[in-house]
Amino acid sequence: MFRTALRNVFAHKARLLMTVLAVLLGVAFVSGTLVFTNTISDAYQKSSAKGFDQVDVAIRPESAADTGDTVGKRHKLTRPLLDKAAGVPGAASAIGVVNGFTAIADKDGKLIGGGFQSQGGNYWGDKDPRYPLTAGHAPHGADEIAIDTETARRAGYKVGDTVRMSVDGPVLEPVVTGIFRTDDGNVAAGGSLALFDTATAQRLFHSVGAYDEIDVKAAPGTSQSALREALDAVVPEDTASTVTGQKLADDQAEQISAAMSGMKTGLLVFAGIALFVGTFIIANTFTMLVAQRTKELALLRAVGASRRQVTRSVLIEAFVVGAVAAVGGLAAGIGIGAAMRSLMGTLGATVPDGPLVVSPGTVGTALLVGVLVTMLAAWLPGRRAAKIPPVAAMSSVHAKATTKSLVLRNTIGALFAAVGVAVVLYATTMDGSDGQAPMGLGAVLLILGVFVLTPLLSRPLIAAAAPVLRVFGISGKLARQNSVRNPRRTAATASALMIGLTLITGMTVMAGSLQKSIDKMATSAIRADYLVSMANGNSLSPDVEKKLAAVDGVTGISGLRNAPSRIDRQTEFLTGVNGAAIGELTDLPVTDGSFEVGGTRVVVDSDTAKSHGWKAGSGFRVSYEDGAKQNLTVAGVYEANEMMRGIMLDNATLAPHQRDASDMQVMVKTAGGASDTTKDRLEKALGDNPAVKVQDKQDFSDSIAQMFTLMLNMLYGLLAMAVIVAVLGVINTLAMSVFERSQEIGMLRAIGLDRKGIKRMVRLESLVISLFGGVLGIGLGVFFGWAAGELLGSRMSTYELVLPWGRMAVFLLLAATVGVLAALWPARRAARLNMLTAIKSE
Amino acid sequence: MTTTPLAGTSTAVAARATELSKVYGQGETQVVALDRVSVDFRQAEFTAIMGPSGSGKSTLMHCVAGLDTFSSGSVRIGDTELGSLKDKQLTKLRRDKIGFIFQAFNLLPTLNALENITLPMDIAGRKPDKEWLDRVIKMIGLADRLSHRPSQLSGGQQQRVAVARALASRPDIIFGDEPTGNLDSRSGAEVLGFLRNSVRELGQTVVMVTHDPVAAAYADRVVFLADGRIVDEVHEPTAETVLDRMKQFDGKGRTS
Repeated sequence: MFRTALRNVFAHKARLLMTVLAVLLGVAFVSGTLVFTNTISDAYQKSSAKGFDQVDVAIRPESAADTGDTVGKRHKLTRPLLDKAAGVPGAASAIGVVNGFTAIADKDGKLIGGGFQSQGGNYWGDKDPRYPLTAGHAPHGADEIAIDTETARRAGYKVGDTVRMSVDGPVLEPVVTGIFRTDDGNVAAGGSLALFDTATAQRLFHSVGAYDEIDVKAAPGTSQSALREALDAVVPEDTASTVTGQKLADDQAEQISAAMSGMKTGLLVFAGIALFVGTFIIANTFTMLVAQRTKELALLRAVGASRRQVTRSVLIEAFVVGAVAAVGGLAAGIGIGAAMRSLMGTLGATVPDGPLVVSPGTVGTALLVGVLVTMLAAWLPGRRAAKIPPVAAMSSVHAKATTKSLVLRNTIGALFAAVGVAVVLYATTMDGSDGQAPMGLGAVLLILGVFVLTPLLSRPLIAAAAPVLRVFGISGKLARQNSVRNPRRTAATASALMIGLTLITGMTVMAGSLQKSIDKMATSAIRADYLVSMANGNSLSPDVEKKLAAVDGVTGISGLRNAPSRIDRQTEFLTGVNGAAIGELTDLPVTDGSFEVGGTRVVVDSDTAKSHGWKAGSGFRVSYEDGAKQNLTVAGVYEANEMMRGIMLDNATLAPHQRDASDMQVMVKTAGGASDTTKDRLEKALGDNPAVKVQDKQDFSDSIAQMFTLMLNMLYGLLAMAVIVAVLGVINTLAMSVFERSQEIGMLRAIGLDRKGIKRMVRLESLVISLFGGVLGIGLGVFFGWAAGELLGSRMSTYELVLPWGRMAVFLLLAATVGVLAALWPARRAARLNMLTAIKSE
Repeated sequence: MTTTPLAGTSTAVAARATELSKVYGQGETQVVALDRVSVDFRQAEFTAIMGPSGSGKSTLMHCVAGLDTFSSGSVRIGDTELGSLKDKQLTKLRRDKIGFIFQAFNLLPTLNALENITLPMDIAGRKPDKEWLDRVIKMIGLADRLSHRPSQLSGGQQQRVAVARALASRPDIIFGDEPTGNLDSRSGAEVLGFLRNSVRELGQTVVMVTHDPVAAAYADRVVFLADGRIVDEVHEPTAETVLDRMKQFDGKGRTS
């Protein structure tokens, strides 16, 4: 049987081509993901391991947990502790580490490293073993810094240049005195690192006289664990803990692989979708091959092959196809992995260098996935092949797949779809996270139901297209009839396209609605003209508020602070605001009392009020992080939204109890409203700081929109693979149709349908199938988008459904384009068929 | 180009092949399918082309019907010379001037009987001549089966639909390629009866390739082909006379 199966594979090379391609693409996606994530994670781990070269044991401060009325304290690592650590037997030296956020501007005033990976730290003494200098000397005093070689190269800075930078708002303009080499993972990933002398770093990073970590180097001959034991004896257990360098490296490696595995899982989900779409094509192809070979298979049965042997011969064929595709996919995947790494490089997200990692696991997974998926998809057609009776060898009539009744199928499909819709609808009535699981279940049931029902749906939906097709005369009429001739095949083909479009539409509807509602929230609840914040979301120095308050035309200003506290033995975060101005900067609906913040009078959002049983006039006792206690009174209760929530009290009340007073954001209202000149004035007041963003509402909306656009574009990119596989499916189906109907096409040519007419007929069939899939997909996508929105809306007061009509039209157009493109080759083939052989072939 | 009819009759010529040759391959492997064949098909005449397998009878029909290209010589349908036509013009010619009946019926399974009959007019985007259509349908006797799909019809009925399809557009000439090859003798006789009636009563011109002497006996004239040449011609044939001629060729063997 093996030989028969193998021969069949070679005999149908061309017809198996699309199947191989579909599996190949899916496998390439899987193995590309694995190669890429393994390579990146390997490179990061290597580079971070190097970063711990200089650390044998690290001492880290402990934080006490919040207990009773007290907010837990983060203990400080001080100079005496460092000196003690450096003095233990086996310690060669000790370094106090200070770090924080430091943005550096390039020569054009633009931020280097995008904000999130812009780091600052301290240079220890005159010669810091962590950072070997390649030029210049160590920084001393507030006006000197050292920067890493990569940042210096990128921005073109040399020793002696003045650099604009910022730590928490105010602009600093120190001179570069040194340039150093580093293996820091963030720098390798495209960030920047600026080093101050230790005292300056401590001052800038709000930890005067303290270190974030003490790194101890072991003397030659002392092991990391021996040193750690020695240190444990001198380090007070409740204030700090000790960790070996090896453990730090291991932990970081684990963190990196955990972060990568999240990305890997995400990508594999999309690879899975592409593979799933591929199964439709595989099943279609094998169904056709079996149908064509009815006589042959019946003959095998007639001469004594058992049913199992027949099924096995089909499965062996699938195995060979799957294996070929998997090997090709693996090769393509390795290429994709390599290409993605260099692509990330060109996009600016530098990744550390390292070899391309193709692990045995990747190879195994790719081969297994390719073969298994193909064989699973071919299993049903294989079973059907086994059911061909031996007598079919004698009869001239082909067993047609379509003649089988669809009643059972339709009943099952309707049941699934109905239950699915019901569960989804039920889930929309539930609250937030409770509804997620039922909604997911309902969605899966509904999609399965629609898959099963597609043959039934194809008739009315395609019939609806008849008036349009009539314009194309006989070609249109024949195309319509051909497209419903094999409802199962048409359904499988359209379903493949449907999956991708359902996801794309659903995501678009959700993203559009979310964007709109966040936008609305920002613009409806906030009356401030400007929001000032750090580029990376870090906090701003109180200086910023002071400087802005002094700008001409500023009528109201408030910094938003965040402080932990204990109330009723629970941790609550307090929002510090400028009580005098907050009323005119925000527009929050008040449900009880009045919106009044000042002294001991605070406002509370309704959720918090409810959980503590407060209403306007209630009093409560708060414990601040410094341990002081105070009685506060609820002046009013307001409706919270995603931007403004919690207990709001006056900054003047809060400030004495805060260790570092810093603002998360500053809200500004100006006399003339938002305008370019006002914005200029505000930015100028802050010294045109690259790390500080001054955004008006429009900028804010734009940045939200930009975030959503970026996210959507990534999703579109990932789902594109599923659509490409679906295109292969349409090509495959059309090629099958043309092949099966070559006799008809020959006759049509003979009695006078020209090549153009034949081409048009095939193209229209393709268009009908694709649009059918497109309409189903967009319809389902809108439904899911709506349902998911209902769920989200229960937690988001401003949520409203936004139907992206323009996008939906584009998706429909995309489906049409898929149809036209997929028909190119089959239509050409049909038009070029040799009439005489086509008429005679049976 | 010669326009003299080969046979001395006064009737107009519907299709004419002159010195028609069709050669496959080159050099050693060259096969001559048609060797300078000249033949006329007169209007309102029923001609049968006969000959053993490989004699070139199907090739001759395909070339004259504009389905296949030829190596040299000329073919005319009415006043139109086929040799100079491009595919598009040939297609139009087949659509407007020629009707076809195939051995395997070749109906479209998605269309019902009536739609199959009017298919050539639908392709051309023309309205069928109602009166003529009714007459054709009446003649083939399928008036009560018009809304049936081909799969619901017997082989004989399907071929009758095919005959109606060929007649419906009133072509200048109808070509049949073994039209009774797939039918039992009774259904075959019916179909041949219709073809003969269409010639006698409707003035249609029919050319049919067959290897069945009984079928050929329905024709007004039988042309015999062997090895790509016309070797004989019989007028007003009967099954016996046709069979006799065929035996003669078999006796002579295939020498050249």
